[in-house]
Amino acid sequence: MAQAATAPSARNYLQELLPRLVLAPSFAAVLIFVYGFILFTGYLSFTDSKMLPSFGWVGLENYSKLWALPHWWRALGNLGIFGSLYIIICSVLGLGLAILLDQKIRAEGVLRPIYLYPMALSFIVTGTAWKWFLDPGIGLEHTMHQWGWESFSFTWIKDRNFAIYTVVIAAVWQSSGFVMAMFLAGLRGVDNEIIKAAQMDGASNLTIYRRIIIPMMRPVFLSAFVVLAHLAIKAYDLVVALTGGGPGQATELPATFMYSYTFTRNSMGIGAASATIMLIMIASVIVPYLYSELSTGRKS
Amino acid sequence: MSAAAPDTAVRTASLTRILIYCALILFAFYYLLPLYVMLVNSVKPLDEIRQGDMLSLPQQFTLDPWFSAWSTAQIGVQPTGLKPYFLNSILMVVPAVAASTLLGALNGYVLTKWRFPGDNLVFTLMLLSCFIPFQIVLIPMAKVLGLLGIAGTTWGLSLVHAIYGIGFTTLFFRNYYEAFPTELVRAAMIDGASFFQIFRRILLPSSGPIIVVTVIWQFTNIWNDFLFGVSFADSYSLPMTVALNNLVSSSTGVKEYNVHFAGAILAALPTLIVYVVSGRYFVRGLMAGAVKG
Repeated sequence: MAQAATAPSARNYLQELLPRLVLAPSFAAVLIFVYGFILFTGYLSFTDSKMLPSFGWVGLENYSKLWALPHWWRALGNLGIFGSLYIIICSVLGLGLAILLDQKIRAEGVLRPIYLYPMALSFIVTGTAWKWFLDPGIGLEHTMHQWGWESFSFTWIKDRNFAIYTVVIAAVWQSSGFVMAMFLAGLRGVDNEIIKAAQMDGASNLTIYRRIIIPMMRPVFLSAFVVLAHLAIKAYDLVVALTGGGPGQATELPATFMYSYTFTRNSMGIGAASATIMLIMIASVIVPYLYSELSTGRKS
Repeated sequence: MSAAAPDTAVRTASLTRILIYCALILFAFYYLLPLYVMLVNSVKPLDEIRQGDMLSLPQQFTLDPWFSAWSTAQIGVQPTGLKPYFLNSILMVVPAVAASTLLGALNGYVLTKWRFPGDNLVFTLMLLSCFIPFQIVLIPMAKVLGLLGIAGTTWGLSLVHAIYGIGFTTLFFRNYYEAFPTELVRAAMIDGASFFQIFRRILLPSSGPIIVVTVIWQFTNIWNDFLFGVSFADSYSLPMTVALNNLVSSSTGVKEYNVHFAGAILAALPTLIVYVVSGRYFVRGLMAGAVKG
């Protein structure tokens, strides 16, 4: 009798536990491979690791070395230039294209996929394409010379002072269509009654966009900012394929800096310190955003 | 991509409309230009690229660069072409996509229909894991792959991608199942259906769209990955993106631009095909991954 009573309750107990057992491996993987690894890398940034991880505690030495490196400052400066231009140009271009596409354009079904397809490509492919397009010896400059415009000169990709802008050009090409899609979805969500009311009051199209519609796009601007900032801080492949960080160190970014210090310059401690700072940069963009998203989501 | 009905109420005059069309077409050219340049120049002999301009159509059409990129071009030290690396990428992508999608579906199901104390914290931690810069995990991951004895293998890469995909796939399925009527699940529970029966018979049959979105998202991201490939693969298990970069940036010999272009298109082809075939789902995945918290 006693057995018969406990068997179903044991089964119930298992049934109760099963969902959590199913979730457990994934959660454990995330805990170990994401958060455990973050702690490990964070710890390494306080050690004397060179070519291999080593556990001699050196305190903040790696960080003070890192912030004394002109190379790191260049990477941060480049990220500042690249990130801000990338975010601004993508947003302006994306909003502009979305507004133009939102004018009852008959060919929208053809144009939209054309604007968006670069997002499906690997940054390596994008980098390869733009590398040769911008190469003076074979790309745009060469072509202009062939067409008879002998004085045309476009050598940014070979120029220390301008190479970082070629990274912006290629990155904008890849991502602006996506930002356009985000804004287009936002514009389609605008209530037409508001616009009609404004038109009845005699407002011009320009005024309607400037005063009513664009201010209503604020959440989209915020989302676009978060996505683009996050992509900019992570940017690695594009630089590798387009310029390899050069000429010199002209297009180094924190991501390329981290990779070269960790794996080719045998300064794993400094590499780990730079990775930790990248994480802090991304967290300072993502965490407040997700926090506000999740809390407004709960309210509504 | 089916166009959602343009339903803006803003009216414009006809001259403005012509200008709008001009601007839109101009931008279409801008986005198509690099692809066009790659395509046209991948079927020209090298001499013609050097002497002619990059926009003109080939005078002498040749598919040699394509064959060379596929099977004979020098990648690193071996003249194997991109073929073996294309295969590597497929062997890496398929298990990783399958595993992360299945786990994401189960996780989403548990997190919405079998809620437990602390489930929000679990979800938040998984969600945050989507956004970390992967530089932060490179060093310990290299060590762990070595300890497991799968460093430098395609399986190892596949495992890495599966693990770091779980956050996103869980996010997709959780948001999708959130909207699925919980009453149905409850009714089935009362009828005595088990955990897996409910998943298989009730949720899975209506999960078509989100499975497509997730698979496309994972496929595109993993196929296009470069950082993990360049960090963890050895010269035999390189994925396509790393092999392409080796091909393009190798400094020995003549730069065979036409071969590079053909290789780049080969590397882009799988994701481009997915995009052309199912662009609507692709965009939906982008939006879900980007906007939704």
